[in-house]
Amino acid sequence: MNLTRRVLLSAPAALLLPTPTRADQQRLAAALQEFTGGAALREGRVRIEISPLVENGNAVPISVSVEAPMTAADHVRRIGVFNERNPQPHVITAQFSPRSGRAYVATHIRLATSQALVAVAEMSDGSFWSQRVEVVVTLAACIEG
Amino acid sequence: MARVLLRVPTTAEKGSVIEIRALIQHVMETGYRPNAQGVVQARDIIWHFTCRYDGEVVFSAALSPAIAANPFIAFTTIATESGPISFTWEGDNGFAQTETRHITVT
Repeated sequence: MNLTRRVLLSAPAALLLPTPTRADQQRLAAALQEFTGGAALREGRVRIEISPLVENGNAVPISVSVEAPMTAADHVRRIGVFNERNPQPHVITAQFSPRSGRAYVATHIRLATSQALVAVAEMSDGSFWSQRVEVVVTLAACIEG
Repeated sequence: MARVLLRVPTTAEKGSVIEIRALIQHVMETGYRPNAQGVVQARDIIWHFTCRYDGEVVFSAALSPAIAANPFIAFTTIATESGPISFTWEGDNGFAQTETRHITVT
């Protein structure tokens, strides 16, 4: 009896969690596919720094860095950041070279709602690495009025 | 001309990694937002940013409407030699602006 009541009372909290539709997921997958050109995407090496609880979705500080020596033989070529539930899946695509010194980029982004973000790094050997984070947004960016 | 805030070190040790921060005043209108009359406003964003060090591109980025208004970008580069570092923003409606700073490498 108690358990049922607890489950019932916690049900509204579950509604606050992001619930991506299949269309959102497919759009994100298509954007990732376009970035990698169909190559295998592995988890790791990429680090996204973003607040897990965002108060204002209009300007969210985010930085992405990749573990790489940034030499001519082994460096990051590109970093792409993608989102799941904004009107468009693309956020930013940055180009790097050995002259970058570090594979690091920081910017301020808009988030329409609580959702997942994926950062992908293309290495000079052609491999792709990624990290995925979930963020909760309390005030959404006014992208739809 | 849009206002620009740039943080570039004026001097640096040869071979050291320097951080550059660039911010430009721009609305970054997404193209999804209706105005007070209910008409969706046309997209007006900066879609490309390039940093050249002594004429050579050391960093560039393609931006989307998901970048917040007054786009801010921070990145790093290696201080190779004294010379100009230029920043170019390109956007919708023919927006183009270039700013240059000088760095002394010792």
